[in-house]
Parts: sequence; structure tokens; C-alpha cells
Amino acid sequence: MKVTEKDVAYVADLANLELTTDESARMVADLNSILGHIDKLNELDTSNVEPLAEVLSVLASTERKGSEKFAYAQRADEVKLGLSREAALFNAPDTDGSCFRVPKVIER
Amino acid sequence: MDINTLTIDAARSLVQSREISARALAEAHYAQIAERDGAIGSFLTLTKERALAKAEQIDRLAEKGDSLPPLAGVPVGVKDVLMTRGERTTAGSRFLDKFIAPYNATSVEKLEAAGAVVLGKMNCDEFAMGSSNENSAFYPVHNPRDTTRVPGGSSGGSAAAVAAGFAVATLGSDTGGSIRQPAAFCGVVGLLPTYGRVSRYGLIAFASSLDHVGPLARSVKDSATLLEVIAGRDPRDSTSADVPVGKFSAECGRDVKGLRIGIPKEYFGEGLNPEIRAAIEQRIDGLRQAGCEIVNVSLPHTEYAVPVYYIVATAEASANLARFDGVRYTTRSPQTKTLADMYRRSRDEGFGAEVKRRIMLGTYALSAGYYDAYYLKAQQVRTLLTRDFQNAFTSVDAIVTPVTPTVAFKLGEKTDDPVAMYLNDIYTVTANLVGVPGISLPCGNNSEGLPIGIQILGKHFDEATVIRLGHAMEQERQ
Repeated sequence: MKVTEKDVAYVADLANLELTTDESARMVADLNSILGHIDKLNELDTSNVEPLAEVLSVLASTERKGSEKFAYAQRADEVKLGLSREAALFNAPDTDGSCFRVPKVIER
Repeated sequence: MDINTLTIDAARSLVQSREISARALAEAHYAQIAERDGAIGSFLTLTKERALAKAEQIDRLAEKGDSLPPLAGVPVGVKDVLMTRGERTTAGSRFLDKFIAPYNATSVEKLEAAGAVVLGKMNCDEFAMGSSNENSAFYPVHNPRDTTRVPGGSSGGSAAAVAAGFAVATLGSDTGGSIRQPAAFCGVVGLLPTYGRVSRYGLIAFASSLDHVGPLARSVKDSATLLEVIAGRDPRDSTSADVPVGKFSAECGRDVKGLRIGIPKEYFGEGLNPEIRAAIEQRIDGLRQAGCEIVNVSLPHTEYAVPVYYIVATAEASANLARFDGVRYTTRSPQTKTLADMYRRSRDEGFGAEVKRRIMLGTYALSAGYYDAYYLKAQQVRTLLTRDFQNAFTSVDAIVTPVTPTVAFKLGEKTDDPVAMYLNDIYTVTANLVGVPGISLPCGNNSEGLPIGIQILGKHFDEATVIRLGHAMEQERQ
């Protein structure tokens, strides 16, 4: 077992998830089972292999360098109308009519 | 007119010639849905008002004798991960049960501009995470070919509706096989466009470097027509590519003679059901007879694709789903006293088990001390997978493989074993990691009468060859 209940509690905290005791026990088992399969990657020597985060950089023109490759993705820096305040707040569980409202941020 | 087998061209010409009104066509589909979708569960929301308004607009154009746009009056469904302005959009999640989309996804906007009538929103696995549609927070989808079996996932509702006669075509999304696998399980066509080919603006993000929007349809030509409509550069999605969109539907009927087809041995190994293998080999034989050159190729890192996928996809998902925090998107746990408490309780109550599992796995893989061992390692192997395809495509024009190792399995059969469920994606995840286009189309039935799919993968932005070959295969079978 690589992942312990303590690990699960720590990761749940990072992910802002609250797991019940039952969920937590099941999560330990599931993560270990999945990571056991993922460990297969260690069969490969990748010490000289560059990581690939997304494929567009492979596809983009090879004649251009760096951010130039993505020149098409740039746009003029102009002010444009976005989502209206009313539309942005429409789905919010709680607002004061002009802003999102949330519980107290500072605990005392 | 048989509503169950209606194609886009047939529907459009019936509406154009006013043999049937777009409104009557939409109503006929709603009647089928009312009668039979109770047993299938393919729709989460019906958008009747929107559909009938659009249909009437098309009918007015037809009355004037105007030439109609390419999807005029065609009844379609849209996977519930795509935003439809003013309509409930849930992503199959309890978290978004009451969410009303404030704008349209670009793909939806383009469909409707081309005259399509959006009947409703299709059921799917929660946030598109799943291979069986059993992770929908609302109800599972049943396979119309055998209702004791799953339709596949995550675009299960999109595939089932096309198979059941509820919509002529649908939009789905594919992050690791979510269009192609349900298409195979339900006996319809599913098209995965090249990464960047179709705008994802308005797609509820799962894993941004792997997510694609694409069509499900009853024929290769229909899928090509839909791709023509939804493809293209969109300034609202900076990852959409600036590559010209071809006349994909014109590829249907072009000669395939002389095309070189790669058969990767790694996709035909242990674990592939013998009946599926036989069906695929028969189709490969058909291509040979049509004048294609069949070439054995190797994609040596194939067995590492599922582990890479489940690190990359979950890592990206853990970041994308951080936005569901109880502040903006309808769901907030009641009576929480602090902000941190509200985040946690809202997410705990809003997310289902599989979504939590993936957020946990992704967060773990990105956390201090594990980043190099998992996330960086997976990205390095992703490079190796990409090289496999680059090498293979120096000697072939397309690659033919199975879509799934088995036919549609029974509901409940794999829900207790996440690894068994993930391994179902073994032949589909690599295309997403590498970004190449692909198609899944019916290639026969097994001895129980269940559909078998075949997959054609092409070079980046070469959907044309994939469609040309797919259409030839479809014709050969008929």
C-alpha cells in the first residue's frame, strides 16, 4: 500500500473535498489500485525525453520560435463587452444584487 | 419516411421540398422520445420551445422557396456539457442541477446557424468522466440495442439517441474515447476531430489538453457534414487552430485505391475479443480488395497510454473542477459558517464518487513530492506516444484498429472496479494524447447481435482521409 489514510486526508484537504469515513476508506483502496497500474510507467527510461503538455506546440509551424508559433491566438488589446453583471450573477446561490456573497472569510 | 433511419440530407430535402414541415419533423421526434426514452434515458432536458421556434423559422424560409442552410430542420441533440443559452446545462452533475447557461457554446451556435433544431440535452457521465454512462448523477442510459447493457460513455445519451431514432445526429465530447466508444457500443458513427479543429468555447472543461467536441451520426457522410459546420478557428478559444476547413462531405465516394493503411500489432493482442478481431480483419480485407495497401506498423508505447491518460486527464480535471466552489454555480451547502467549510461541504454534496476519485488522483499526482514521479513522467511518455504516431505516419496514410476490446457490457458489471473500467479505453485514449483525428463506425454485429465498431485514425488535420476511408468501408459493408 502506497497511499495511506493520512495521505488521503492530506490530498482531500488540498482538493477542498470533505470525505466521509466510508468514502475515505474506499478512496485509499481505489487510489492504490489505480496507482498500481500507473506504476507501469516506471518500466520506461525517460531521462532524456522532453515532457509534452499539449500537442498544439508540436503542430504549430516549425519555422517560428517560442510564442511566435501561436501568433494566430493573439488578439488586439481592445476593450470589449463581456458577460453582463446580471448574467454573471444569475446562477449564484447568494448575491447582494451586485456582488457574490460568501460566508465569513476570516475565522476568529 | 422512416424516422429511425433518417439522414441529414434526407431530412433537409424533405423540409426543403415541404413534404414535411420542420415543425412536424421535430414533433415526430418528440413523440418517439415521449414513447420510448423512458426505457433508454438519453435526454436530461427537452428544449421544446427553442426547437419549435427554430423549426418554424426554417419553415418560413422553406415557404418562401429560399435555398436552405445545410442542417435546415434537422433534429439534433447536444451533450449536456455544452452550453445552450437560457437552457438547463448540468454536465450530468448534481452540482449543476439548476444551472442555466448564460451563453451558447460556439459549436451549438454554429449548428443552429446552419438550421439545426436542438431537441434537448443529452445524458452523460458526470463532467464527462466515465465509460458507461453509469456516472450520470440523474439516471443511467440504457443501450437501445439491448437495454440490459450500457451505451458506453461518456457521450452515452448522444449515441443512444441516434441509435434509438430520437435525433438524426448529436454532438458529443471526447477526452479519452467518449464519442468513439459509445458510437461503437450503440452501432452509430462517431467522429473525433483533430485537437484544435473544433472550438471548445462553451464546453464545460474536463481535461483541456485532451477535450474535443465532435459529432455522432447515422452515416459517415452525416458526421462529415456536421464537422464542416462546427469546425474552424474561433477567436473565443485560443486553442482552436487556424487551419482551413475542407469540404469533408465531398470525400465520401472518392476512390481509396492506393492509400496505405497501417495495422498496429499492439492493438490486436491479448484482451481483444475474437469476434471483434474477426470483424475488423474482414473490413481490412475489404480495403485490400478496394486497392489499399495494407502495412504492418508498430506503436510500441501503446500499453502505457492508459496510465499516462489517467494521470494527465485527472491532473487537468483537478484544476478545471476547482471552479465549482459554491460561489458562482448554483450549488452551495446550506448553513456553513466559514468560507473553507462552504467550499468543502458544497463540493462533497455536489460531486459523485467518480468525480471525487479523479480529483483526488489528479491532486495527488500534482502534489509536492509526487509531481516528478507521476505528472512529469506521464508527460514524458506522452512525448513517446506522439513519436510512435509520427513514425507510423511516415509510411502510412491512416491506421485501422478496434474501438473497444469487448462489445457493450452489462449495467453494473464494472462499477466496482475502476481499473477494469479504465482499461476499456485502451484503444481510444492515445488519439487524445496525441491529438490525431479518428472515426468509429459500425463494422458488424457479434453472435448475440450486439454492434462492433472499427476505428480509423489519421494524421493531424487530415480528417479528409479518415472520412474517405470510413465512407468506403460503410459502402463495402452494405
